[in-house]
Amino acid sequence: MIEIDELVKQVLRGDQRCISKTITLIENGSPGAREAIALLHPHTGGAAIIGITGPTGVGKSTLVEKLVKEFRGRGRTVGVVAVDPTSPFSGGAFLGDRVRMQGLSADEGVFIRSMATRGSHGGLPRTLRDVVKVLDAAGKDVVMVETVGAGQSDVEIMRVAETVVVMLSPGLGDEIQALKAGMMEIGDIFVVNKVDRPNADKTVLDIRSILNMKTEELGWRPPVVKTVALSGEGVDELLDEIRRHREHLKSGPLDERRRRKAESEIEEAIRQRATEHILRALKRSGRFEEVVRRILTLEADPYSAVDELLTQMLKS
Amino acid sequence: MSSNRKIKVLVAKPGLDSHDRGAKIIARAFRDAGMEVIYTGLRQSPEQIVVAALQEDIDVLALSILSGAHMPLFTAIMERLRARMISDILVIGGGIIPEEDIPELKKIGIREIFGPGTPVNEVVRFVQENANQRG
Repeated sequence: MIEIDELVKQVLRGDQRCISKTITLIENGSPGAREAIALLHPHTGGAAIIGITGPTGVGKSTLVEKLVKEFRGRGRTVGVVAVDPTSPFSGGAFLGDRVRMQGLSADEGVFIRSMATRGSHGGLPRTLRDVVKVLDAAGKDVVMVETVGAGQSDVEIMRVAETVVVMLSPGLGDEIQALKAGMMEIGDIFVVNKVDRPNADKTVLDIRSILNMKTEELGWRPPVVKTVALSGEGVDELLDEIRRHREHLKSGPLDERRRRKAESEIEEAIRQRATEHILRALKRSGRFEEVVRRILTLEADPYSAVDELLTQMLKS
Repeated sequence: MSSNRKIKVLVAKPGLDSHDRGAKIIARAFRDAGMEVIYTGLRQSPEQIVVAALQEDIDVLALSILSGAHMPLFTAIMERLRARMISDILVIGGGIIPEEDIPELKKIGIREIFGPGTPVNEVVRFVQENANQRG
């Protein structure tokens, strides 16, 4: 058993092996994970956290690789967390984003970690925020989180990232269909990739017209950047927009977003802890069995039974 | 917090092989058996493979090679794993590896070699029974 104190000390020094072990500890909810998070928390807040989301096949990993290179060229250290879905049937996952980023393995200033969603309800791994904290505390200037934009994980990324980049590409079928309401709301920057394909300009126009219809956060109009990730075209422009958004955030909205993040982290923690504690107490005292019986005999419905129980518990 | 441990496997292609059909088949089999699998892609140097192993904190390294360069490459990989202090992971090899090289490979730390035609289930079962779990 590695001493958590010592482990965290090494993380703060940027030691790759210790960063990796700490992430595993947190991902698995192992003993020591909570202590590690508590020790790391005061050292967070220095990294710019950027979310990259979009449908499968749009070119996210390719773009992330180019973005990382561009950041490195500008002297920044980078952490990347690449998220892929866990199969609901086997419980396993094929984490295929690293394939496109393996060229970065030789660079000591880049740390790449793949994560599976592990059946999380929100579409993103439950421990993602804490894993990002590890890379932040380890001193990375930028932490990029790459996820598949599908369903709820679209909106979830807002709770993790400070700048959200939504990626689309032409020929995804009905472009308007692809621009689900959720995606339009969460994007701080929009990227149309593969603009060397036909209909690229139409896609850009469609997105711009939808963006024109929504109310903007004070002072920020989401730009639409055109890229060809494979060749790197448009990547430096994207980086400039990311930097511009960062400056916009620092002028005020960053505090608001961090406050909202803290609030949602508290709610999440309460939900987890309260459930654990209450269930444990109920099962130990036999009251859980009693409630089950009342429901099976149709004496009470689950909600009324639990309400009664909770009222009693909180009173005592 | 509930424990949520999965076996993490890195499927790697060291050297200059030009195709990865076999590697992808075994990767999918690991996933179907409930493991989390990372695939490096083709043409990986020992350094690239070991850095990936380190950052992903894997339990199992599955090396797939067809080119015949297994001796120097696997030796280099094992050395680098030791240098990075992660040589306790389970390392297995597969692909085109002559029988007579197997004893030497086992001596340098490759736990088992699976030749072409080995049933995929056998490899999966071996990993399930022998992977060191971390965390």
